[in-house]
Amino acid sequence: MNFEWQVITHNFTFLMGGLVTTFELALIAIAGGLALGILVGMARLSNIKAIYYPATLFVNLMRTQPLILVIFWFYFFMPLVLGRPIGDFMSASIAFIIFEASYFAEIMRAGIQSISKGQVEAAYSTGFTYWQTMRYFIIPQALRNMLPSLITQGVVVFQDTSLAYVIGLREFLRSANVVDAREMRSVELYLFVGLVYFMVCFSMSRVCKRMELKKGNA
Amino acid sequence: MLAYDFKWSILWQDPYGGWILDGIATTIKLGVLCCFFSLLIGVIIGTFRITHYKPLRVFAEAYTEIFRDIPLLVQLFFWYFAIPTLFPENIRVWVYQEIPNFEFWVVVVGLSLYSSSRMAEQIRAGINSISADQFNAALSTGFSHYQAYRYVILPLAVRLVIPPLTTEILTVFKNTALAMTVGVLETTFMSQQVEAYTFHGLEATTAACVIYMIITLVVVGTMGWIEKILAVPGLITRKGARL
Repeated sequence: MNFEWQVITHNFTFLMGGLVTTFELALIAIAGGLALGILVGMARLSNIKAIYYPATLFVNLMRTQPLILVIFWFYFFMPLVLGRPIGDFMSASIAFIIFEASYFAEIMRAGIQSISKGQVEAAYSTGFTYWQTMRYFIIPQALRNMLPSLITQGVVVFQDTSLAYVIGLREFLRSANVVDAREMRSVELYLFVGLVYFMVCFSMSRVCKRMELKKGNA
Repeated sequence: MLAYDFKWSILWQDPYGGWILDGIATTIKLGVLCCFFSLLIGVIIGTFRITHYKPLRVFAEAYTEIFRDIPLLVQLFFWYFAIPTLFPENIRVWVYQEIPNFEFWVVVVGLSLYSSSRMAEQIRAGINSISADQFNAALSTGFSHYQAYRYVILPLAVRLVIPPLTTEILTVFKNTALAMTVGVLETTFMSQQVEAYTFHGLEATTAACVIYMIITLVVVGTMGWIEKILAVPGLITRKGARL
């Protein structure tokens, strides 16, 4: 068995195109998932039953499902709602935002709960409304407290984007797969893909560990 | 809204109903096997991570990082597509054609290795969370090292790691869905096959969603039951497993 690493250099632009799609999808999923997750996290702490129960149901339902199935489900469901077919990327983005929101929501819920109740009461008594209190006091602190968990979840999302492979989206893994079908150099290609994922995720988890240590010392 | 003709009856029509049932059986088989092996490897790697012998610790740490930081799908493709190409032509053909259920066993290996790194982390955290005082107290009462572990540390650790392990077991069952990408005929694969034959993708996928939900409930129930049996009254309160 001899390796031919040139397969990577020859198809470098194509593979990097896939990696860019992976990053795009990950960014959309993290930004959208976090935004929706903050709202759902707040809803999970609501005193109003009509808000609390649907949010809880949503989170628990999503967490019982394999992501791959959620991706398929939205792939079939979105054209039905919109009345026209939507692309792989759109469909995957929607599935990721909604799926990851349930995970971000639980992190945010813990984050909000970590802020002392006195702060909320202080804000209320100064005349701030619920939304103002959340916007200016609670959410910023919750985000900062939960930063390590949020980054860890971000890494998970980044890895999860590889599952968009199943609906034919040409992200990093799919592009390696396409090259492999033509060049038949599976070992080199998948080792390369694994290495790139590893470098990104490993460095992020190091950043995370350092932050946790810092927080512990403070 | 696009006009869509819902036809839930395809789910119990012959042969589609049978396909889905076969898929469920495969999912359960796959999940149980992977849970067993990943727990086994996870306990070994988790113990390595807290030994005083450095090479073992470094090995275990590298193992955890490598398997955790590469997406499972990439790992599965590596085991399924890349590894066989390292063999000579005739062995490769034999592997793909003659080994019964080759793809099934590839997933058992790939998923077990991947999950074991996550289990190892939970087991390490569980053992670490027991204060050293417990161990010292046991030693000063006259227990040997082995006895201290056997009668004090392990009984506590096992109870402490059950909730996080439940989460990991659920993750294993959810991750078995990835087996479809290498052609294992499990629940998700079957639901997509029903879609391919009937164009009723939404019904088939929804059915699969319900199946995974039931599997989750059964796992949570079983683990809760085990936890209740093992519970020491008044010692460790149940905080509930996270999905």
